[in-house]
Amino acid sequence: MKEEAVVKVALVSCGSEYAGVHGELESVAESVNARLVYPEIDVSSLDTIGKEFGLEAASPDLRLMMARAKAVVEGIADVDGVFITSCFRCAEAAIVRNEVRRYIHRHSDIPVISYSFTERTTAATLLTRMEALTTIARRRHLLAREHQSGLTAGIDSGSTTTKAVIMKDDKIIGSGWVPTIKVIESATEAFDHALEEAGVKREDIQAMGTTGYGRFLVGEHFNAQLIQEEITVNSKGAVYLAGKQKGSATVIDIGGMDNKAISVEDGIPGMFTMGGICAGASGRFLDMTAKRLGIDITELGALAVKGMQEKVSMNSYCIVFGIQSLVNSLAKGSTPEDVAAAACYSVVEQIYEQQLQEVDVKEPLILVGGSSLIEGVPKALSELLKIKVLVPPNSHLIGAVGSALLSSGYVEE
Amino acid sequence: MVKVIIYPTNSLILSDLVERFGHTPIAMMAKIKEKVSTVGVDSPPLNITPEEPKMGLKYAAVEVPAGVRGRMAIVGPMIDEAEAAIIVNESPMAFGCMGCARTNELTKFLIRQRDMPILEVDYPKGDDEAREFVYKIGEFLKSLPKDEKEGEE
Repeated sequence: MKEEAVVKVALVSCGSEYAGVHGELESVAESVNARLVYPEIDVSSLDTIGKEFGLEAASPDLRLMMARAKAVVEGIADVDGVFITSCFRCAEAAIVRNEVRRYIHRHSDIPVISYSFTERTTAATLLTRMEALTTIARRRHLLAREHQSGLTAGIDSGSTTTKAVIMKDDKIIGSGWVPTIKVIESATEAFDHALEEAGVKREDIQAMGTTGYGRFLVGEHFNAQLIQEEITVNSKGAVYLAGKQKGSATVIDIGGMDNKAISVEDGIPGMFTMGGICAGASGRFLDMTAKRLGIDITELGALAVKGMQEKVSMNSYCIVFGIQSLVNSLAKGSTPEDVAAAACYSVVEQIYEQQLQEVDVKEPLILVGGSSLIEGVPKALSELLKIKVLVPPNSHLIGAVGSALLSSGYVEE
Repeated sequence: MVKVIIYPTNSLILSDLVERFGHTPIAMMAKIKEKVSTVGVDSPPLNITPEEPKMGLKYAAVEVPAGVRGRMAIVGPMIDEAEAAIIVNESPMAFGCMGCARTNELTKFLIRQRDMPILEVDYPKGDDEAREFVYKIGEFLKSLPKDEKEGEE
């Protein structure tokens, strides 16, 4: 099958061979049927590339990185995707890696991911990223799908909640949203709820897609036609729900465990980052804030909108310290409104500081994921970035909607 | 008259040359003066607060050390503001220096990315080269528009 063709990924790195992680890089590539290739360059170009590229890096291996990026852009190396990687904590590499990533993104439409590794980086850490990279390269036709057709289902088995939707001819006719406890049981519960609401039976479903952390387990259990990581699915779901499938967009997905920032062009992700240093920058922190304030998570947003974050000093760089400053500020007499606003601002600030530098933010900025429903979050993000933040309807169901949309490609097949 | 960013960003000689040819130098000294003389007690002597490295995120990712980002919080807007640039390569420290090789690399890179007239010259190694050096800079500065109207043409 054409879809299973090997994807050639250019490894644009600086010394991953010396860092003890190369085996893991090879292993993750193999697991998604990709092959790492090293763009050929002229050795003499290493003496001139610094000046030519404009960045005179002292490390020759970083100059090699620039030369390889140039070979990719100029088509000397025929590749489908680029993986840019360098050591974590190397200042010069961080500068070069970023500029090389921007350079490739600006001068080609080849998907790029960048990652800084430590000797503890494993293939599992890189799987979702590499899967997304190969999907973009391999399944452009699938990602180009703009309409949902037939009767399809999507299940997003997330780290905190499991979402399911049933869609028919571009409409959500049923949905389910339950906390993730046991992966398959929770998925079944959400799915059954969605089926009941839609008034259809399991056997009527023509195609199904799964995404999220539990995608493989759930996908196999339900014999899903599409089992897909959340980067491509969520960005597709976001532009679909927001009605912004053409042109540029930036998608920010604040999840229960990690966050994604994705640059999207015509519905197809170009650059993306995944992560956050600590759960302090994720929906989990907001969940804990709500619990500490003695309110339901659904009430946190309305409370935050009434407060002023400036009155409370909070830094959720680390979730433990974040909770500590929350407790301290309450002990000092801060109002729950101000604390709720500060918690929302703190999460958004972490995303801004840790992730948004890695993608070029282009309007419209679409905020999705369960946290987007907490009104204080889009408000804080809008204040920080000074741009309008779009929260599409059903933004919390984004992964499930993206899966149902993309899986409808299998209805016609 | 155009705003000319100089590199090294704190070179007194370059700053003086730009001024003599009737343009406005964008140099670190003026920015540091602003910092030092603005009332603030946060982080003497430069009054750089933890906010500056955050502002520097516009120019360098979070993984780049805070000192580079703090410097970029000052240099970055200077690059954005510039209408022309003079870069002197391979200069000794006394000619001007930002004190940080990574900031130097990034500063030069960002200047080069701007679509504006840029002169790059090497620091002279002897008297003849020094004359040539000043001549080249002089010719470059003379080639820049003297007033805004000229610049629009």
